[in-house]
Amino acid sequence: MEVPENGKSASLRHAFGNVFCFFILLLIGVLAFSIRLFSVIKYESVIHEFDPYFNYRVTQYLTKKGIYEFWNWFDDRTWYPLGRVIGGTVYPGLTLTAGSIWRLLNSLNIPLSVETVCVFTAPIFSAIAAWATYLLTKEVKGTGAGLTAAALLAMVPSYISRSVAGSYDNEAVAIFALIFTFYLYVKTLNTGSLFYATLNALSYFYMVCSWGGYTFIINLIPMHVLLCIVTGRYSPRLYIAYAPLVVLGTLLASLVPVVGFNAVMTSEHFASFLVFIIIHVVAFVYYIKGLLSPKMFKVAVALVVSVGMVVCCAVVAVLVALVASSPTKGWSGRSLSLLDPTYASKYIPIIASVSEHQPPTWPSYFMDINVLAFLVPAGIIACFLPLSDASSFVVLYIVTSVYFSGVMVRLMLVLAPAACIMSGIALSEAFDVLTRSVKFQLPGVSGNSQSGAGDTTSRTVDTQSDMVKTEKEPPTDRTEDTTKERTSKKKKKKEKEHVEKPSLKSQIQKRLLVLPLEASVIALLLLVLLGGVYVIHCVWAAAEAYSAPSIVLTSHSHDGLHVFDDFREAYAWLRHNTEVDDKVASWWDYGYQTTAMANRTVIVDNNTWNNTHIATVGTAMSSPEKAAWEIFNSLDVKYVLVVFGGLVGYPSDDINKFLWMVRIGGGVFPHIKEPDYLRDGQYRIDSQATPTMLNCLMYKLAYYRFVETDGKGFDRVRRTEIGKKHFKLTHFEEVFTTHHWMMRIYKLKPPKNRIRGKAKKSKSSSKGSTAASLKQSGRRKRNPWH
Amino acid sequence: MAKFLFFITFVSLLPLFGSSFSSENPTDRRILVLLDDFAIKSSHSIFFKTLQTRGFELDFKLADDPKLTLQRYGQYLYDGLIIFSPTIERFGGSLDLAAVLDFVDSGHDLIVAADASASDLIRDIATECGVEFDEDPTAVVIDHTSYAVSETEGDHTLIAGDDFIQSDVILGRKIIETPVLFQGVGHTLNPANNLVLKVLSASPSAYSANPKSKLSTPPSLTGSTISLVSVVQARNNARVLISGSLSLFSNRFLRSGVQKAGSSIKFEKSGNELFVTELSKWIFHERGHLKAVNVRHHKVGESDEPAIYRINDDLEYSVEVYEWSGSSWEPYTADDVQVQFYMMSPYVLKTLSTDGKGRYFTTFKVPDVYGVFQFKVEYQRLGYTSLSLSKQIPVRPFKHNEYERFITTAFPYYGASFSTMAGFFIFTMVYLYNK
Repeated sequence: MEVPENGKSASLRHAFGNVFCFFILLLIGVLAFSIRLFSVIKYESVIHEFDPYFNYRVTQYLTKKGIYEFWNWFDDRTWYPLGRVIGGTVYPGLTLTAGSIWRLLNSLNIPLSVETVCVFTAPIFSAIAAWATYLLTKEVKGTGAGLTAAALLAMVPSYISRSVAGSYDNEAVAIFALIFTFYLYVKTLNTGSLFYATLNALSYFYMVCSWGGYTFIINLIPMHVLLCIVTGRYSPRLYIAYAPLVVLGTLLASLVPVVGFNAVMTSEHFASFLVFIIIHVVAFVYYIKGLLSPKMFKVAVALVVSVGMVVCCAVVAVLVALVASSPTKGWSGRSLSLLDPTYASKYIPIIASVSEHQPPTWPSYFMDINVLAFLVPAGIIACFLPLSDASSFVVLYIVTSVYFSGVMVRLMLVLAPAACIMSGIALSEAFDVLTRSVKFQLPGVSGNSQSGAGDTTSRTVDTQSDMVKTEKEPPTDRTEDTTKERTSKKKKKKEKEHVEKPSLKSQIQKRLLVLPLEASVIALLLLVLLGGVYVIHCVWAAAEAYSAPSIVLTSHSHDGLHVFDDFREAYAWLRHNTEVDDKVASWWDYGYQTTAMANRTVIVDNNTWNNTHIATVGTAMSSPEKAAWEIFNSLDVKYVLVVFGGLVGYPSDDINKFLWMVRIGGGVFPHIKEPDYLRDGQYRIDSQATPTMLNCLMYKLAYYRFVETDGKGFDRVRRTEIGKKHFKLTHFEEVFTTHHWMMRIYKLKPPKNRIRGKAKKSKSSSKGSTAASLKQSGRRKRNPWH
Repeated sequence: MAKFLFFITFVSLLPLFGSSFSSENPTDRRILVLLDDFAIKSSHSIFFKTLQTRGFELDFKLADDPKLTLQRYGQYLYDGLIIFSPTIERFGGSLDLAAVLDFVDSGHDLIVAADASASDLIRDIATECGVEFDEDPTAVVIDHTSYAVSETEGDHTLIAGDDFIQSDVILGRKIIETPVLFQGVGHTLNPANNLVLKVLSASPSAYSANPKSKLSTPPSLTGSTISLVSVVQARNNARVLISGSLSLFSNRFLRSGVQKAGSSIKFEKSGNELFVTELSKWIFHERGHLKAVNVRHHKVGESDEPAIYRINDDLEYSVEVYEWSGSSWEPYTADDVQVQFYMMSPYVLKTLSTDGKGRYFTTFKVPDVYGVFQFKVEYQRLGYTSLSLSKQIPVRPFKHNEYERFITTAFPYYGASFSTMAGFFIFTMVYLYNK
């Protein structure tokens, strides 16, 4: 009959579709890479923010000293005098990745600097992440959904915010690893192949190497397995997908120094072991069920259940006792704050003080995932039609990640791929239905529609490719659509005749799904418009919102563009004007940058592993000058660095972070009390501020000589005049202030060479005053160390 | 000019002395003497003579000399300063209170002698150094029990002091047996001030008041809290002598005999000469000046200094300490030099043993704690310049391949894993091929 012919054309279309699909993916990769280059084009090719500087420094060390030295690296330039075992406390995935890329390029005689490689690692991996999304979504809902999801992920703002060029952070590679692990899990689930199961464990290993967020995987997958078992979807494929992952994955995870025995010791991993036991029990039950007759099986079940209950109770009791014996119930603070969002703010100010650990606001959802937020519910519905193992997994993924993103802004990043997958599915399904109904009602294509049932995939490819194109160039495609619309209007009459013609059963079934032509065309238009809006928003977000490197700031005003390069100015000053072994104290935010850019030893840095040490610095900053000097002197500090935004209106300066210093310091040293720094519960630095506030070191270092700038001391961040304008420093001296006063560096004065006697009480006034003035002028000049 | 060697202490980092920097010879050479009038030059000639015979170049100037200056082109012209002008209200030239204090703060030595008529300027210099003269400008020290017997009965303001500081370093090995004559104002020291030392204290019966008027209120300064002569060793090891009496140094007191009230012994010669000579030796760093060199540390059995230690390493620490004898560096011998292995608090505190040739050494085990440690020697002994050495050295944990590969206690685990592997292999064989 027509089968060979059809088959031939189908395979041809199939091949064509594959080639097409390949090129679309290539373009998606290019899109994902190039949309992240705004930061390089608008600013320069530099490492951004804070953590990336640490990663960059570690990568430099790796490329210079090799992997074994890196593994055993004891860094004596941070956390002075404690030092930090970097090799054992860092997630090495990102560093090793960039280091390998650098080595590979160098071996190919492409002499790129380490910095360049680090800058472009994130964009490269976001392209790969887009491809991984394609693979995952394809496993769930077919190629069309995959391509849509990949295109959406390539430019989702939430992910862009963490992976612009220069944002050299763990998340950059971890998101790829996350998606790819999920893909391999779903792939194993669909195929039951042990090969993919092994790959899955390896991919999980890479994820563990890269990011602490791996606990999300090791909890989500057991949850899904449990879901499958409970809903009666147990199959050998599920067993193959899960059991090797737990065994191999845990073994591999414990090889990563930073995880080590945590892989079997902490509560984050218990769920996987519990489910591991359950799945074995279930597998055993299924096996027995196959062996025994139904009657015997019932007897066996009764026996096993009664014995099993007793054993389970005992095991649970032991476990509960073990877990309860540890004060935090075996959970790390960060994980606990996931389960109980108020935990951190109640008990751990150091976690709560980080802005990315705050719960997000509603606008941030719209900012970060934009229209995807509206498409996700549709995607969930689509996943239930029909519900497969794979689609139930992505549903579970989106549900959990929505919850977690509601706890911490940072975890919006985990939500983004899920939202992209869901929206990809939703868009793809919608286009599928709409284009099918359009196609069905057009007489010109009726011939094809007979074979249409067989190759939905290739058709979706076409529509998807359209979709992708529309997303890239909304205007041109819109015109195409309007022409389509026009033709469809012309042929409206013919359609009605045409609709009655088909007599095949499948077509009748299909007719039930067919929407009216006008409705579907308008819906198509609206969807395209939605896509257009999304693209515009993403490009705007990439270009304006998320590409600032935060070490160089710019501002537009009526007299043009202003560039604030104060951070690098200050770090360069430190690098060139201080001794190599000098210690620089600052709030921990600037620790990584100081070690990486100024190459000076710091007391605390962004790796907040020692709360007491940070509290010591916080206490010093909140103490009066003399007490602070003593604290800093006991830590061998030579220079103190503060960030001050009051002159140019840079809001994230140390004065605004100061309450956290007080809280963190007060958490360890109770003589620092937060209410002392607040006037009626209000944080203020104007004349109404408390004396404690006006006399603390942070206030003094920030506002020293500030009144000389405008004569009034008007703070442009707090929008008020400062409370105490004229004061002198006795134990610190200003050594450097950057051009816009954003960074101020002070030096600790050495102890006085002599100890003065008490000032004389009775003295003839005229002589006294001359002597006093002499003394003052003398004191200003007198400093034997300088 | 460059031939002259500047005094400098070895621990103080004073980069501002460019070419003429020398820590090899800490003794002063050029001394400026400020006088109220040149009569003092002759009335105190014995004291000046002893200095000159010891090799000091004295430059006598009137305290109100309009060309007075301590430094030229940023270089100090003198290594020491003697102010024998108790009445001066304003120095001449560029010299003022601040300049004098700068002089001290840059490591130079100072002798200040006050008098009953001491001016505010002199009092301010003393106060800045931590010595407080009696606020009453007319008060002098009076002692009705340990005064020096003289022909006329007098008002008991000439005191025979014999309450010396117990320090061989400051006053020399030869014990001063004869009392020292003193006539002038008393001062007190802040007990919290650990830089100032009483060299000559008043007796418990002394008090400070105006001898000419009747006491209406109890005197503010009484007893042995009154110090007659004090020395200050600043943190940069500059030394300052403050005496309440200018005549302490005078020929008259140096030559006169002394008989303490209530004592039958009459000494032919007072102790003043010995006292001021020995004290000036200390002040001008002819004695009691230590230096530490060749701080070395290495693992036991090696000789090179490592950049980093590992926890539980055995290491050897050594330092050489020398004392300046006035002409050469002699090995310093003591049994109380200690080294700390310090990270926020001392983890190891060991007394160093010495070989008598100035080398101090010890061995110890690095504690089982990693971090950035310091070898610290804080040696502060009465009269000696303070030694404060610190050398930073990081201590790292074990590397991954420095642990034992196989430990005995873990053999059950090795056995378990290997037997499981073997069992699994056999099971697989049986399962696959034994149908």
